Amino acid sequence: MVADLVAGPLFGVTATLTAYALAQVLYLRSGMVLLNPVVVSVAGIVTLLLLAEIPYTHYAAGGRVVLFLLGPAVVALAVPLYQRRQEILAQKVPILAGVAVGAVTSVITAAGLAWLLGASREVVWSLAPKSVTTPVAIGIAEKIGGVAPLTASVVVLTGCLGAVCGPEFCRWIGIREPTALGLAIGTASHGIGTARVLEFDRIGGAVSGLAIGLNGLLTAFLLPLIYLVFR
Amino acid sequence: MLIRGLAVLLLFQFIGEGLSTSLDLPIPGSVVGMGFLLLALGLGIVRVEWLQAAAELLLSHMALFFVPAGVGVMVHFDLIAREWLPIVLATVVSTFAVMAATGWTAKSLSIRRKDGC
Repeated sequence: MVADLVAGPLFGVTATLTAYALAQVLYLRSGMVLLNPVVVSVAGIVTLLLLAEIPYTHYAAGGRVVLFLLGPAVVALAVPLYQRRQEILAQKVPILAGVAVGAVTSVITAAGLAWLLGASREVVWSLAPKSVTTPVAIGIAEKIGGVAPLTASVVVLTGCLGAVCGPEFCRWIGIREPTALGLAIGTASHGIGTARVLEFDRIGGAVSGLAIGLNGLLTAFLLPLIYLVFR
Repeated sequence: MLIRGLAVLLLFQFIGEGLSTSLDLPIPGSVVGMGFLLLALGLGIVRVEWLQAAAELLLSHMALFFVPAGVGVMVHFDLIAREWLPIVLATVVSTFAVMAATGWTAKSLSIRRKDGC
């Protein structure tokens, strides 16, 4: 009876929303960026699943329902982009150049460092698309001989890193202007980073969302070519 | 208003997913849908007021939708554990390198434009 309930979507949806609501209270009360709601929620749910010995597939039945909303949320990024179109069009050169430099930097530093540190070929190619949004990254990884689940995990790790320390790191290195900050975080850490920027700045969030699309497009064309040269 | 906005967003996602799958595009359907919605807003086919409530709701809670993806990492934990040092180190260094490279490029170019060069 209870086992059936845990296997259904109600469990995953309830667990996700409850964990997130609690994590948000903790985040706001503590004021600590390290206690990012996504990171804390994930840690809480994973702990629950392990302690209660609930299989991941049971959680995923509900997890998929929550994840589904990411689709319309990405489409909704068109709204702040449209509302701020004048400011964005005025910055089109810095935006396009910034994403292009970021896309190349991401592939070279991720794959290059992994290679220097002695990672296996599959790991090197799995890491190369790490700054791109999950569905695109998986598609690229499959084309260039990476391990898709490893790519997916590294993409999430990259996103959390950008969400937790992105805005602080950018301000620390002198990037304070909202467009440049949003662009940097969106290019480096896709949707999870964008979600953090949206918390405090709509224009930065809109540009960050634009960077997800542009970086995905660029990397999807660039990386298979790099692979042909270095494989 | 909320339901109308959600309906429009899903409709554009549907168009995007359809095109992305049928044309085998490297871009996910939701991003294609975002592009088409931007176009429709620009052409005046869709009014921004229809979307405001739905967009506000979804965008202010976007981080929540990534929680299931994060939990999914747990399934592949053994893949990361096997070569954890190069994976973690390359990911961390690369993420910060991209932020610096993109941010500095955008910053220097936009400052130069303001100076009129």
